[in-house]
Amino acid sequence: MQAWHFTEMPYPHLPPLDDIPSIRVTLPNKYFDPKIGADLYNRYLDEHVIADELGLNIMLNEHHQTATCLDAAAPLMAAILARQTKNARICILGNPIANRGDPIRVAEEMAMIDCISRGRLDVGIVRGVPYEIFAANTNPTQTLERLWEGVDLVVKAWTSHDGPFNFEGRFTHKRAVNIWPRPYQQPHPQIWITGSSDKENIKKVASLGYVFATFLQPYDKVKEMFDTYRANYVDRGLPTGGGVAYMPLVYTGDSDEEAEKGAQELTWYLKSKTAAQFRNPPGYVPVATNVKALQGAYSGRTDAVRGQGLDYLREQGVLVYGTPDSVAQQVKRFYRLVGGFDHLLMMQQSGFLDHKRTVRSMTLFAREVYPQIRDLPRTVAQEARASA
Amino acid sequence: MPTAETKKMHVTVSGMKIELERRGRGKPLLLLYGEEALETEAPFLDELAQEYELLIPSPPGFGTSERPDWITNVDDIAYVYLDLVEKLGITKAPVLGFSLGGWIAAEMATKDDSFISRLVLVAPYGIKVSGPTERDIQDIWTLNPKELMALKWFDPEKGKRDFPSMPEEKLAVIARNSESLARFCWEPYMHNPKLKHRLHRIKAPTLLIWGDNDGLVKTDYGKAYRDLIPGAAIRFVPNAGHLPHIEQPRTFMEHLRDFLK
Repeated sequence: MQAWHFTEMPYPHLPPLDDIPSIRVTLPNKYFDPKIGADLYNRYLDEHVIADELGLNIMLNEHHQTATCLDAAAPLMAAILARQTKNARICILGNPIANRGDPIRVAEEMAMIDCISRGRLDVGIVRGVPYEIFAANTNPTQTLERLWEGVDLVVKAWTSHDGPFNFEGRFTHKRAVNIWPRPYQQPHPQIWITGSSDKENIKKVASLGYVFATFLQPYDKVKEMFDTYRANYVDRGLPTGGGVAYMPLVYTGDSDEEAEKGAQELTWYLKSKTAAQFRNPPGYVPVATNVKALQGAYSGRTDAVRGQGLDYLREQGVLVYGTPDSVAQQVKRFYRLVGGFDHLLMMQQSGFLDHKRTVRSMTLFAREVYPQIRDLPRTVAQEARASA
Repeated sequence: MPTAETKKMHVTVSGMKIELERRGRGKPLLLLYGEEALETEAPFLDELAQEYELLIPSPPGFGTSERPDWITNVDDIAYVYLDLVEKLGITKAPVLGFSLGGWIAAEMATKDDSFISRLVLVAPYGIKVSGPTERDIQDIWTLNPKELMALKWFDPEKGKRDFPSMPEEKLAVIARNSESLARFCWEPYMHNPKLKHRLHRIKAPTLLIWGDNDGLVKTDYGKAYRDLIPGAAIRFVPNAGHLPHIEQPRTFMEHLRDFLK
């Protein structure tokens, strides 16, 4: 079991959340104080360096136009940490390739960071969440197709070594691709793809030998996803192998009371609102899903989850909190409930959770929880076939 | 439910099946409905079907028309519709287009308007006349849904739709139409940068009809559109927003009949 520290790097010093119609896309940046922002960026980077010192891996993500995430360019953070850390694997989860528009820039930047870190990079490539469509102005009806054309082009750029190739695809046209540098890891860094309910997507990820990751989902849904992955996994000889990854919110405390307080802070992340018109741009989900939406199947659901208490979230496996032994038990329980998993991605900081408590939680996890779960076996199929 | 006799079929043109409704009796009139297809259920259409045989196609991706991947914008749709006009053997007929349908009609007319006896464009999209940071057409995809209704309708009550009461088949069409609109009109937003440079080619007598209170696309835009089409006129409908044919059908039909006779 690999353990990864993560924070979305929020800027929480905002008007009351209930007064904000939408924290994403439209919240004016007059609420961003650059001096506070500067402190936050440097503090979050400090915490990632501490993660490395504690023996944890590092996960980064990228979001745009939102106070929930100040990391608007994951490659920048990854590059800083490639230089400042020694042992941690660094996973960008992920490059929003459909929104970014230029897969070759992604290929180049990832190759650079892979070299600078001497092969410690894992490359997530994602479709991008619905509300980010508006910042990037990508066509919302083609994000899946753009994602896969982008992945294929990145892999081709990484693995072509004999001079330029051209590419005239549906979404990208290049006349002479010949990236310098090329990646450190061979044949190329492991690719991680995120998802939830789209089974076809999961099958594709598994058959390519990539890692599949999902976040903050109840365990019964996660088991379905991971079972689909395992049934379709093909070992393609990629570094660090395939597998499945899950992210809960995680707080490890010295006492039950302290852990509960920390867990409460983490739920800030679940409380942020996004205005209705940004949550489901046309064509992002299939027609059948939109029919259900028109029928009213999903109204009030997000609010219902938002209103749930800590116990409910802990029972579902979305929130892991307690003393170290309790946290270890919860992880093992989740492991059993989902048929096993390989990567524990931990949102260990959110909202107003300050530096002192974040570091304490990380330290307790690294020293007293991780040793109890480190040996949980990797779960990809034993009878994995060799790459074609 | 339409009162005039109506027939739905598919016609294959440009390698795809296009849904076509034929409603009414009389000389043919090509009717290009708007992006929400509300015209097909509106009373004024049944009135019109007493005087014309309405030919009502659904663009690729709308209704039950197919949507091949290579169709990416309204310019593409215009060519498909020109193929359709040829296949149906329409040699001279009025063309009436609403909103997105008006844009499609304008694109068609710049390419070949020999089959068009009269062109009527009701609050069409399709051109951009203002600068980079001004919107000619309000952004239907980033506006709060209530705000959007208030801009589109003089009386937003008229625009309310009871989706949960509709059959699933109909909801699937509505969802797919919405998706196709985004597929074709997302960027450049709701216009073709080339169109304003081509409108001078239109020879058919042209009338634009605009709701006085259209907050989605204002009357000034309508006038700019009119100025780009040689000899075109514009008529306004008071107490109406973006769908004057639904909010004020009587005034609308007066303008229409006046022009078509």
